[in-house]
This record gives sequence, structure tokens and C-alpha cells, in this order.
Amino acid sequence: MDMVIMVFLISLMLLSTTISTFSLYEDQVGLMDWHQQYVGKVRDAVFHTQKTGRKRVVVSTEKNVIASLDLRHVEIFWRHVLGANAAIDGIDIAMGKYIITLSSEGSILRAWNLPDGQMVWESFLHSPNHSKSLLLVPTSLKIDKDNVILVFGKGCLHAISSIHGEILWMKDFAAESFDVQHVIQPLGSDIIYVVGFVDSSQFNVYQMNAKNGELLKHESAAFSGGFSGEVSLVSSSTLVMLDSTGSTLITVNFHNGEINFQKTHISDLIEETLGMAMILPSKLTGMFALKTSTFTIFIRVTREGKLEVVDEINHVTAVSDAVSFSEGQQAFALVEHHYNDIYVTLKLGQEWNSDLLKESIKLDRQRGMVHKVFINNYIRTDKSHGFRALIVMEDHSLLLLQQGEIVWSREDGLASVIDVTMSELPVEKKGVSVAKVEQNLFEWLKGHILKIKGTLMLASPEDVVAIQAMRLKSFEKNGRIVWSLLLNSLRKSETCVNPTRVNLYQWQVPHHHAMGENPSVLVVCRCGSSSDSPGVLSFVYIYTGKELSSSSLVHSIVQVISLPFTDSTEQRLHLLIDAQQQAHLYPKTPEAVGIFQREFSNIYWYSVEADDGIIKGHALKGNCVGQVSDEYCFETKDMWSIVFPLESEKILTTVTRKLNEVVHTQAKVIAERDVMYKYISKNLLFVVTVAPKATGGIGSATPEESWLVAYLVDTVTGHMLHRMTHHGSHGPVHAVFSENWVVYHYFNLRAHRYEMSVVEIFDQSRADNKDVWKLAVGKHNLASPISSYSRPEVITKSQVLLFYLFCESNSCYFYGQGYNFKAVLALNKHFLDPRRSINPTQAEREEGIIPLTDSLPIIPQSYVTHALQVEGLRGVVTAPAKLESTALVFAYGVRLFFTRLAPSRTYDSLTEDFNYDSLLITIVALVVATFVTWILSEKKELRDKWR
Amino acid sequence: MASILRSKSVLLILYIQLCLSLLAPALAISSGSGDGYAINGQVKIEGVGAKGFGLPGKLSDVKVMLNGGQSITFLRPDGYFSFYNVSAGTHLIEAAAIGYFFSPVRVDVSARFPGKVQAALTENRRGLSELVLEPLKDEQYYEIREPFSIMSVVKSPMGLMVGFMLVVMFLMPKLVENMDPEEMRRAQEEMRQQGVPSLANFLPGAQR
Repeated sequence: MDMVIMVFLISLMLLSTTISTFSLYEDQVGLMDWHQQYVGKVRDAVFHTQKTGRKRVVVSTEKNVIASLDLRHVEIFWRHVLGANAAIDGIDIAMGKYIITLSSEGSILRAWNLPDGQMVWESFLHSPNHSKSLLLVPTSLKIDKDNVILVFGKGCLHAISSIHGEILWMKDFAAESFDVQHVIQPLGSDIIYVVGFVDSSQFNVYQMNAKNGELLKHESAAFSGGFSGEVSLVSSSTLVMLDSTGSTLITVNFHNGEINFQKTHISDLIEETLGMAMILPSKLTGMFALKTSTFTIFIRVTREGKLEVVDEINHVTAVSDAVSFSEGQQAFALVEHHYNDIYVTLKLGQEWNSDLLKESIKLDRQRGMVHKVFINNYIRTDKSHGFRALIVMEDHSLLLLQQGEIVWSREDGLASVIDVTMSELPVEKKGVSVAKVEQNLFEWLKGHILKIKGTLMLASPEDVVAIQAMRLKSFEKNGRIVWSLLLNSLRKSETCVNPTRVNLYQWQVPHHHAMGENPSVLVVCRCGSSSDSPGVLSFVYIYTGKELSSSSLVHSIVQVISLPFTDSTEQRLHLLIDAQQQAHLYPKTPEAVGIFQREFSNIYWYSVEADDGIIKGHALKGNCVGQVSDEYCFETKDMWSIVFPLESEKILTTVTRKLNEVVHTQAKVIAERDVMYKYISKNLLFVVTVAPKATGGIGSATPEESWLVAYLVDTVTGHMLHRMTHHGSHGPVHAVFSENWVVYHYFNLRAHRYEMSVVEIFDQSRADNKDVWKLAVGKHNLASPISSYSRPEVITKSQVLLFYLFCESNSCYFYGQGYNFKAVLALNKHFLDPRRSINPTQAEREEGIIPLTDSLPIIPQSYVTHALQVEGLRGVVTAPAKLESTALVFAYGVRLFFTRLAPSRTYDSLTEDFNYDSLLITIVALVVATFVTWILSEKKELRDKWR
Repeated sequence: MASILRSKSVLLILYIQLCLSLLAPALAISSGSGDGYAINGQVKIEGVGAKGFGLPGKLSDVKVMLNGGQSITFLRPDGYFSFYNVSAGTHLIEAAAIGYFFSPVRVDVSARFPGKVQAALTENRRGLSELVLEPLKDEQYYEIREPFSIMSVVKSPMGLMVGFMLVVMFLMPKLVENMDPEEMRRAQEEMRQQGVPSLANFLPGAQR
């Protein structure tokens, strides 16, 4: 039998090499985490499809990203995220190898190496003025073998060498209050025309020498009607624009320095009444596109300057720029929508009636309308011309079409996630009852979903909400999208002009007695930017992404309060506060009102008016008086208010505890076997104010004139429990509030580095509950209710700790006992103990207090995102996982990152990379070895007996 | 191939040009123009800069941030970077590169002497004569797996146990075989009298 023992021992040895650890090994990347890179909504695209090298398209996006994308596969060659206020105004290719970008309001011009994205040169165009910025990279214009880039920015025209970025010459137009519209360089000539308006009524043409910037001619002509909107460049000497009333088209011809105006009424061209018309910004040759509410009209400009209507097309949503594909031939694409199909038609500029190409593609309706289209031509193997189209959809996704098929698609709406909630998906898609799922806890873990909502940037005029959900399977390598939904009720429409401020709330989380109900989320959105514009609610079923119902509200939404009560179907009660300080209860059922009335006097909330420096506490008063028979509307009253002096303090951040947070232990056992009771209250608010001068960030104030004050406020009574001033410090402040502690991160100007402070609050009144008797029957026993009205005796402990890293966005969220930073760093709360001292006593060491060090340690291994960076990080969401002592972390920015963390290591479970094969092989080997040795020993015994 | 060669030579010329143009203001000198100043500096990463541009992917991913992300800039092929239109006062410059840890640098742009820039590392408060950012240390994001070695297996408790087993299995029978048969019989009898089970009883060779 000894063989058996040996095999067993060897197998144990194999097993011992797979013991788990917390930090990641390089080969473990991707086992528990996934990440996805995005670029954002594409604003402009240039193709690079020369015969040699890999075919690529370089895009600039509204997230200030430039990225080089592969045209064959979904792959990003390289990607750069520029700063938050460095919007990209122009992008082009120079000399076939550099990408030229103009950013930061036309002040910074950069050249990037096309293959690898290395910045080659950078040039700063300085001027104090503001103007439209234009980038023009002419192919034929050369000065001493050097290609010239023309940049109009900040009121000046610059000519810049494309080899090393030096400014060759510049011409200042700033003095003339000149509003530039186009910089034109006719093909093959050395003359540049700069055209624009002065005071939107005078048309100016500057004729310049491209070689040296010499002004050759300046012509101007006044036009009484005024100009408005987009100016379309029809040919190198003809412009078309609308007058200020929007009803007349003006054709401007400035050939040979003479300016001729020609007026054409739109009603002369087209019989129907059109309403507001606008010129599309697409660059077509010899014609332009006029968009009205129903039609897109293509109008050709003849040599004599006459306008001819070529075609009127319904349902056109996007028109591309014209590209020239062979000798003098130019084509452009237009995209039409018919329900689920989109038609991409390629038209020749010269001959309208023949379509060069017409392709139809079936598309998912959830992607919405086509917003932009870019085309590029290539030569097929049979020498004919082929075209590929890059399409930007309403939900920001990017599609590449070629030969009537979608080559690839990118879900770039996910680069602009604005709110995230986590919930669980059923393990199987259908046919599995929820009850069954809940029994199998481990299976639960596999089915976590993230609901991600992407909207356009709030400033953009067309706000569309796309809710996209991702499904994560722990054992799947990457998070894939489970469903995505375009909420029609939140789309821009007549009733809802400008949807903004979208938020997600958990509406219904079924469990126990309401198992059959559908889990759903509430989407709250405000129409319009003012605070009294009406709101829209939408309820979305989590599992399949169906919109269950939606309602447009009559009242506005200023604040949404999730109440800690649920009705019999597990719908959470929500209180919506409108601009008239009236509270509206949702769901509107009698049962909800019943529950609400019971807790009527216990409902308090607060509001922060950061601009006025006021924090107010509110409570409910009674039913609305003015409204007729609406029992769901309640009047409110102000309970208290804290007014911060505006000249010395400005509210920067307010943080409360998470509503659904669970506190596991009420007391903290400290050294000498003593107990401190945590002061745990759901009604605590952490407020940070800064000196008004120091709100601008680093570099805006001196240490003497900047300070930062941290407060802890009870939101029921308005009592201030704690106040602490940090002199010489300022924001941005990021704070985390959990259990009885607050950790906040700010910048110390004197030390010139980031600091973190921690405040812990302990309840002193219960401190004498030392023995069981007092705990059970004493004055402050465990069963006695804690009221916010009794002035609590609390002590606070706080400490300042130095921290070097910069904390981007509101990324300091907590999970369990740690924190996440920048590239999402997990930091153990033990490092943030206010009782850390340089020389802890023996008893304190026993308790696990780490000696105070100069700064907080940054251990590279504890970066949650390991070797990745989440650029443009906008938030981190954490949620406890069903598996014991693990947490899910989701960081979103231009990149999405998801992982599962085990802050205090996992136990009682095998790791993800556990080698099941070796276990099986070992077991099989053991069984075989057992039998073999058994047979051998039997034989041997027999032999012995025969002897 | 020809195009690659040409682009390389262009790069080389460009590099030389940039070096020449930037070597002169080696000290972090700012040029004042209007209300703002420029801060010029360099990021030096050993192994990337020294080997030339063999690893351009690494260098192109380095970002330099001013005042915690107020403005972001990138490195030129020779490692130089510039911030333009910076107001006078105290600023913070941080370099972010995957795999390296940089100390943030405090930069004072003087208003009294236009064009004077002072820099100091905030990590150890060391002043910098030139604004050259060098990584303080490499960052290792992953635990390093210990390479498999026979010694570590042998040294582990399991290895020791297996070793002991092997000794017992293969050496003990040899010891027993070498014994004088008479002596062995005597020893066996002694043991039988004592009733202590002998290890030799369990061994296959001993019973023969």
C-alpha cells in the first residue's frame, strides 16, 4: 500500500503549488477582470488607405480622444486621450504619415506619427483672442519642399511647416473683429482666400500669398439682410449661405476679388412650405444640401450662379463630404432611414440620376438614427472602385460598412456612461425561476450585470439616452452586452426638449415573498436645463431590457429620494421633490401611501444650494392644498438651515453614507481589551467648504488665502458634530463616507502634495456599556432607540495622512475596507486609522495598528486595474458580491474596467485559475494506483501462502 | 522598404534638429509671451531614451499633467515636453507612465523675473536644476511567480516527507539485507518477545 501513499503525497505536492494569493500574477489577468477600450462619439474621421501598410481610419471624438482604428478588425492601433478642456477642432493627414490635430480652441497644433501614435511635434499658437478655429492641410501647397499647414485660430492665420511644426508666417485678423468662415486654397495655386463676416452683415475676402503671408487684396461688401448659420463652400470661389431670416439663400461669388451677391428665395425653388431650413455642413462640389423638417433638398449651383433643385429626398439623415475617386470624379454618400433598414446611396456629384452604389443594411433599432457618415474609396482587385462608409449612430456606436455588410461595430456609447447600478441577471436567460436561482449562491456570482447608461454629453443639443447593459460571467473572459435599449420616452421630442440629468435608481428588487415580480430600474430624467422643467420617468425590466412603462410628469424633479421602505411587491418608495418644494410619492398606489403615512413624521431630507452656501433640512407637513384630490402630493417645511458665509467659504462637496450599506459590527475593540462604540447614523452629512479663491484648483491661490473646512452635520436636527479646518489646502476634494468614518482627499498647498484625512466618530454615551449587565439593562442599552434629537455625546478622532497620488474624478469610492484611486488603487483602511502613531504600544500593535509612516504606501501590486489606465475616469462603482468577502469593482471612463476583488483574500473556495485537470488526473491516478497495488499485494500474498 | 528608410532618415534629421533647438534652453526656462509663460522639461526613462527610439510605443504613452489634469501634454520623440500659457505661481507637474513611478514636481513660475522657473521634487523636496523628470522606481503591477526549482520542492514539508519515504523504502531493505542472518533472527525473536511491531515486518524484503 505504500505506493498509494506516495502517489497521494505527490499529488498533494502538486496541489500545494496552486494556493491562492491576493495580488495578481501576470497570467491571471483576465480571469476575474475584463476591460474594454472606447473612443467616444466620433466627431471627425480621416482615412488612410494607401497601398502599403495597414488600412486605418483616424478619428477624433467628443471625448477628446484621437484614435487610430483598424479597418479590417475591431482593433485600436493607438489612442490618446487629450485633456478635458482640449477639444479637438480639426484633424487631417499631412504628408501621408502625420496626423495633424488642432485642439484647445485652436491654440495647440500637434503632429502624430501615423503608425505608432508618437507625438512628432507640437506647436503653440498664441493669441489672446477667441475665434472659430479651422485646419486646412493642402496637398499641393509647398514652400521649399515643405508642406504647409494652414491654421486659423484665435483670430490669426498661421502657416506651419509640416515637417517640424515651425510657424512660417502669421497674419493677425483680430483687430478687425473678423468672424472667419472658410480658408480656401484653390488647387494648384499659391493664393489663399480667407472669407468671413464682420458684424454678420459685411462680407470680407482676403487674398493672400501662401508663400509668405503677404496680403494681396482685401475686398469687402455689405449685405443688408445679414447672415446666419452654416456657410457652404460650393466651389473655390462660390459660397452659399442663408440670410438672417432663414428664408433666403445668398450665393456669393468672389472670383477675381469682386464680390457678387445673388439672392434666391427658398419659396421660389420649392413650392411647399418648409418651416425652418438649414444648410448641412457637408462639403459637396457644385451643390449643397438644405435640410428642412421634412425634406433634404439638394441644390446645384450653376456656373452663372443660378440655383437649381436637383432632388428632394425624404428620410435623409446624414450626408457625407464628397471624395474624389478617380480623375475629376467626386462622389458622396447619403443615408436614408426606412424603419429598420438604412440605405446608403453613393451619388456622383455630376450626374445625379445614376446611383453609383446603393446598399441596404438591416440595423438594430436600438441604435437609433444615423448621425454622421464618412466615406472612403478603395480599388477592388478587378480595378473597379469600392467604397466603405463609417457611420456614427445616435447611441454613439460606430459602424464600418463595406459591400453591404457591417465589417465591424463599436459600442462607443459606453465611453460616456453617466450612471451605473449593479444587479443580478438570471443564470440562464429564460425558463429559470428566480427562486431557483437564489438557492444556488455560487451560480449567482456568475450572473452579475452592470447596467450602464450612456448619454451624450450634457451640453450637446441632441441628448439621447441609451441604456446598455453588460453581462459579466465570472468565468467568461470579457463582459459582453446582454441588452441595450434606446429609451424612446427620453428621446428628444416636442414634449421633452432637452433631456438632461439622467439618473438610475433601483425600483424593484424581488425577493422572498415577491419572487414573481420583475426586477426593474427607474430612470429619471429632466427635460430642459432649468430646474422647473418637467421630468420623465421610465421603468426598465432588468433581465431583458424592455421598457415596462414610462410617464411624463407634470411636475419638475429637483431631488429624488429613495425611501427605505418597500411595498408588498418589493417596489421601493421614492419621493420626488419638485421646484415648488412639494414632495410627490411614487409608486402612486394606495398601499404606498399607507406605508408612507405610517412613517410620515420620520422622513427628513436635506438640500444643498451650493451657489448660495446654504444647506437646508426639510420634513413633511401634510397633503398638498392647492391641488385637487392628489393624495400623493405633500407639502414640505424647512426644519433648519446652515448658512455658510459666502465671502469665506464655498461648499465644494457633500457626501453621505450609502443607503443600502450594512454595518456589521457596532463596536470596535481597541487595545487594553476596551470597547469603543461606533456612532452609526444614517443621517450624517459630510460637507467640505473651501475658500472662494481656492476653487480654481492648483495654481490659483497662495497658501495664505486657501483653506478647507470639513464639517459633519446631522441632517435631522442640523447639529454640527465635527468641524475641522485645514489651512493652506484646497480642492478638488473626494470623500468616502462609510460606517462611522469619513476619508477625504485634498491638496495641501504648503507641502505641495495630496493629503488624505480620516475622521472616525465614536459614541461616548454608550462607552460605559462595559459589561453584559449594562449592555442589557443600562441607560444606553442596545435595545434603547437612538434618536437624533437627543444631543449625542460623540468624540471624533481624526488624522492627516500624506498621500502622493492624484485622485481623478470622484473615484474615491470604498469597497469593504479599502479605497480606489486614480488608476484605481485599492488601499486598506488599516492605513487610514486615525489612531496610528509613530510608536504604537505593544497593545496597539496587537490590535493591528500600523506604525505611522511619512506617507501612505502605494504598492503597485494593489492597483486594481493593474497595468491598465482608465483614462478620463468618471466614476467607480463597488458592490458586494455574493461570494463571501469579495467585492465587485467597476470603473468607467473612456475605458471600462471590471474586476472582482477579495480585500481580505478568499477562503473556502478554489481560485479561478485552479487546475481542475490536474485534480482529475491525480484522482484517476490514485484510483489506478490503488488497484494496481492491490492486485500486486494480492498476488504477493498468494505467493507467500503457496510457499 | 525605401519609404521606411526615408521616414527613418527624416526622423533622424528631425531628432537632430529638435536636439539642437532644445539643447540651448536645457535649464527649465520659460519664455514669456503675453500673460502666460511656457514650461519646458524633459522626461528621461532609462532604457527607453538610451536605446534610441527602439521602443516608441512606450514613449508615446507617457503623459505629463499640469495641476492634476488641467492640461495634459505628450512627449516629443526626444522626451521633451512643454506647457504653454501657464500663469505665474506655483504649479504641480506629474508624469504618468505605465510601469514607472514618478515623483510629482513642484514648479514655481516667477512673476517678478519673467521666464524664471524653479522646480523641486515633492517626494523628497530635492531641488532640480533642470526640469528633468526621472522615474523614482519601476512599478511592478504583478506578483512574480517563483520559478520552478527542484530545491524548493525538496525543501517543502511535502518534499521532506517524500524524501523520508524514499529513504525508508529503498535504503532500509538494503540495510536489512546486509545484516548477518543469525543476528537478524535473534533480533526478530527479541522483537517478537517484546511484541513491538518492527518496521522491517512491513518491508517487502524483510519477510523473505
